[in-house]
Amino acid sequence: MKYVDEFRDGELAKNIAINIAREANPQLTYRLMEFCGGHTHAISRYGIADLLPSNVRMIHGPGCPVCVLPIGRIDQAIHLAMEQNVILCTYADTMRVPASNDLTLMRAKANGADVRMIYSTQDALQIARDNPQREVVFLAIGFETTTPPTAVAVKQAALEGLKNFSVLCNHVLTPAAMHAILNVEGGVQLDGFVGPAHVSTVIGSQPYEVFAREYKKPVVIAGFEPLDVMQSILMLVRQINEGRAEVENEFTRAVTREGNRKAQGLVAEVFELRADFEWRGLGTLPDSALRLRPEFAAFDAEQRFGIDYVAVADHKACECGAILRGEKRPQECKIFGTVCTPQNPIGSCMVSSEGACAAHYTYGRFREAIQ
Amino acid sequence: MSKIKQSYVKPLDLKHGRVEMSHGAGGRAMAQLISELFAAKFDNEYLAQGNDGAVLPTVSGRLVMSCDAHVVSPLFFAGGDIGCLSVHGTVNDVAMMGARPLYLAASFILEEGFPLADLKRIVESIAHAAKKAGVNIVTGDTKVVERGKGDGVFITTSGVGVLRDGISLSGDAARPGDKILLSGTLGDHGMAILSQREGLSFDAPIVSDSAPLHGLVAAMLDCGAELRVLRDPTRGGLATTLNEIAQQSGVGMSLQESSIPVNPTVAAACEFLGLDPLYVANEGKLVAICAAHDANKLLAVMHAHPQGSRAAIIGEVIQDTHGFVQMTTKLGGRRIVDWLTGEQLPRIC
Amino acid sequence: MCLAIPSLVVELLPNDMARIDLDGVRKDISLSLVEGVAVGDYVIVHVGFALQRLDPDEAAETLALFAELGKTA
Repeated sequence: MKYVDEFRDGELAKNIAINIAREANPQLTYRLMEFCGGHTHAISRYGIADLLPSNVRMIHGPGCPVCVLPIGRIDQAIHLAMEQNVILCTYADTMRVPASNDLTLMRAKANGADVRMIYSTQDALQIARDNPQREVVFLAIGFETTTPPTAVAVKQAALEGLKNFSVLCNHVLTPAAMHAILNVEGGVQLDGFVGPAHVSTVIGSQPYEVFAREYKKPVVIAGFEPLDVMQSILMLVRQINEGRAEVENEFTRAVTREGNRKAQGLVAEVFELRADFEWRGLGTLPDSALRLRPEFAAFDAEQRFGIDYVAVADHKACECGAILRGEKRPQECKIFGTVCTPQNPIGSCMVSSEGACAAHYTYGRFREAIQ
Repeated sequence: MSKIKQSYVKPLDLKHGRVEMSHGAGGRAMAQLISELFAAKFDNEYLAQGNDGAVLPTVSGRLVMSCDAHVVSPLFFAGGDIGCLSVHGTVNDVAMMGARPLYLAASFILEEGFPLADLKRIVESIAHAAKKAGVNIVTGDTKVVERGKGDGVFITTSGVGVLRDGISLSGDAARPGDKILLSGTLGDHGMAILSQREGLSFDAPIVSDSAPLHGLVAAMLDCGAELRVLRDPTRGGLATTLNEIAQQSGVGMSLQESSIPVNPTVAAACEFLGLDPLYVANEGKLVAICAAHDANKLLAVMHAHPQGSRAAIIGEVIQDTHGFVQMTTKLGGRRIVDWLTGEQLPRIC
Repeated sequence: MCLAIPSLVVELLPNDMARIDLDGVRKDISLSLVEGVAVGDYVIVHVGFALQRLDPDEAAETLALFAELGKTA
């Protein structure tokens, strides 16, 4: 696969690993947060930790949209499916997230609720067209990568005058989460960020400049493939060694400073900022999430069905919050791998393929066992 | 079934007819379905005995028996259908014990309204696959369920084979130092099914690898290599099969990702759908674990056989009480290949 | 969820759609989030939409960077 296989080449990985090992100062510890869940997954799936010197540590960040979604939001979706008899359309990842009353969307489906897994918003629109007598709700989650497709769907629904389609909007914003991470009281010490790949193709590199400027933290935007992640780590090591704090772009083949203006415009047309939004692990953050603009109120499931948000606390033993803030590693959660496994997840970090716990359990848990 | 000639009975409408409840009732209609379709296509001396149970000749050697249910959807796919799948699946399960497959039993659960033309296609496919594999369908059963209570057709096959003396293959026999071989490319069957369901189209379609493996197995046994385990990685893929064996044998494994053959189109389809080829079902591949000193000899024998042309040594068995299947990735770092969680691909076997 | 794949545009279709090809796998996706995409371009595809055109020159430069010999500490 062009632009994929070359960026997974083992020989090049060796070369970058040698460079990192040579340039990492043995007197320093480099604590780098990879923000994006896709990067968390790549790091585990390719065993990148084996290719880094021990003083370069990757800390998993909260860039997993399923992981940061609080129980109360899943409850809303389950409520719509079970009590309001809607056709609830969702991306696969949310299906097994544990919610209140021991329910998940998957269990609601087994109990007779009409929950349908889709790959694209286009599928949800088609379901609405095919079922004019039923209400169809699309559970919209995701950071800025996934928001533009939802915007397109809403506009299309408006254009077609679809009367039975609405969106339960849980789109969230990357920079807000990065601010929150850096502002946590007594939070984890971070020396730099590996910036998200596909979010950045949409928002551009410009939004990260504030972190370099005001927090003095270097940011390197990394492409999606493992070599991109490794090269970005090298670039961060170099910045830290040289005392620089800049926004650098490793993903130049797809990211520009302005990003995708067309996609940004479409999003701005359809969505506006919520005053605040609760995030798992980060608390309630201002200006961190989106809702539909008043002119699209007919497509806003929260308004259409008059549902409120009720906050629900995580399971007592669940450490997802601390893990999302980078304060704990998955293996430091008391129930990791025992009570909480992908087969029986207690928290969302174990459900999503991009979650730190799922990634570590699925690909990396042998490391502690074989000490 | 009676051999007494009956007065004229209108033949089944195999072009436009549909399965009706009477076809499962045990009466004339069912007898007609059996004689005009199943018995006609599966034609052999055992089935022709016409009794509820088939009397089979004495065999010299231990008996091996296996059973498989088939609920694949869609029923017809690139490279096969539920019919040949049901033959190959059971033939392979018997062959994985080192036995020569001889006889199959096939039971059908038909949904009222299922087109007879499709049933004919399936039955012909079974007959063709059985003939090519050198096995006979010697007995069977048919039931019909009401419309809406079945999904077209479900097929269960059981198979019996004979195991000659001196052969002992078992999932608990793998030992540290043994080599792990794979007979060919991963993921063809599962992706052929899933791509059809997800509406992916192809330049050159991904074709199911459904095939009988007992010929390959016979060649492998005949070469005298010290074989420990044979298993076919069906549902759950290679990952599941290796984890099962590791657990049964109380060992660990170490694989090389770059040695594992995957067709580029299958790899691309997996990328698109966010799937890992290690977990995707195969219906014409096997995993073999053998003593290290025989690995190259075994590989050569597999390469010489049409079912093993892409065979590769993919790793080795190691000492590990945790039973982890570890893999060195293409990048050089390590990961484990864990058990499958949940349902990756529904209804692909 | 972040899953996005670079794919080759092989055909432009009506309604702002395009057919893409990834090693022989074909799918129809939407171009409504991008502009000026032509047959022969590579685009990054996410949940049925092209998010951005891939710049081949930048890709080549990035690969060259991976192969560079670094400085000594």
